Amino acid sequence: MADINFAASPSTIRTSGLGSCVGVVIYDEKLNIGGMAHIMLPDSSMSRGGIVQRAKYADTAVTDLVSYFRSKSKQGEAVRLKAKIAGGAQMFQFSTSTELFRIGPRNVEAVKEQLKNMKVMLINEDTGGSSGRTIEFDPETKKLYIRTVNKGEKVI
Amino acid sequence: MSMSRRIEPFHLDVLKEVGNIGAGHAATALSSLLDKDIDMKVPQVKLEPFHMFGNMFREDMENVAAIYFRIDGEVTGSMFFMLPVKEANSFVQKLTGDTSQKITVSNTTELAVSALSEAGNILAGSYLTALADFTRLNLIPSPPGFAVDMASAILSYALVPLSAAADEALIIETEIIENDRESNRVLNGYFFFLPDPGSLGKILQSLGVPADE
Repeated sequence: MADINFAASPSTIRTSGLGSCVGVVIYDEKLNIGGMAHIMLPDSSMSRGGIVQRAKYADTAVTDLVSYFRSKSKQGEAVRLKAKIAGGAQMFQFSTSTELFRIGPRNVEAVKEQLKNMKVMLINEDTGGSSGRTIEFDPETKKLYIRTVNKGEKVI
Repeated sequence: MSMSRRIEPFHLDVLKEVGNIGAGHAATALSSLLDKDIDMKVPQVKLEPFHMFGNMFREDMENVAAIYFRIDGEVTGSMFFMLPVKEANSFVQKLTGDTSQKITVSNTTELAVSALSEAGNILAGSYLTALADFTRLNLIPSPPGFAVDMASAILSYALVPLSAAADEALIIETEIIENDRESNRVLNGYFFFLPDPGSLGKILQSLGVPADE
């Protein structure tokens, strides 16, 4: 949670235990490199006190992922970044459920919004529902493997 | 804001005692519920940075049945009672005396969920009542929430709403064990008590420990 990692093939990147958190994968079709963030909250303006942990928030984490790829590209070269996302579940249903506990869907929306702002094409997603997810991205095939306890494995 | 700057080793010892007293009472409650001897391990108190969360659990905690309570009152936080799925299944069959009741990753019967939730209610209730008596602070648990899922996803779900104010979580973990000598089967249950960042100081102060806030 609240971290960003990069991997080049043949390595893969994974993050486990996505509940209401969202896993964001960004890659450049021409490179065998993938970047993955495990974000917890929609917006860095929510941060209270101290230093903003940029990997924790949808807006700052997506910005940092994108900057990494832009900094790798040659000057003047058009970069077409793509994204796949997973997570944003609502794992418990409480009758008294406050806005704070509906964070999953808000995280998903915030990630999509920021991808759009940064002109990253969202290729596929596996979001919502009530199951936790563990995800693994293969930078070579650009496939995202999603495992849940209840519904087995899925590839997007 | 970081909690680690304020937490000293002797604070952790006091928090271990919190786990001891709480889970001790819960173990007694479970013992009378099952009419079996229940043992308890020494509590573990961990200050876990969020980015380390994915590696926190052993393999048998990949698939767990969890009962979750949000705690309100003078102390706020989250309380979980978790069992590996297989053990949750035999636990509810013991409780209901009915082998058609099931908790598995793909299929869960309604009565099984209700029995496990009620057991969780009794156990968490004993834990929190003991803690409330000990600290003279009130703690009010929400109705139980139930899920079968990955332990790390379940814990993180409870942490996320509070994560704007912290980069790590304080976790008081206590394991209870039923040793059934006849069938030679062992049942492990885990309590995870996660006080919210703002509640830690209150707990420590109520126990006469100066918390540097």
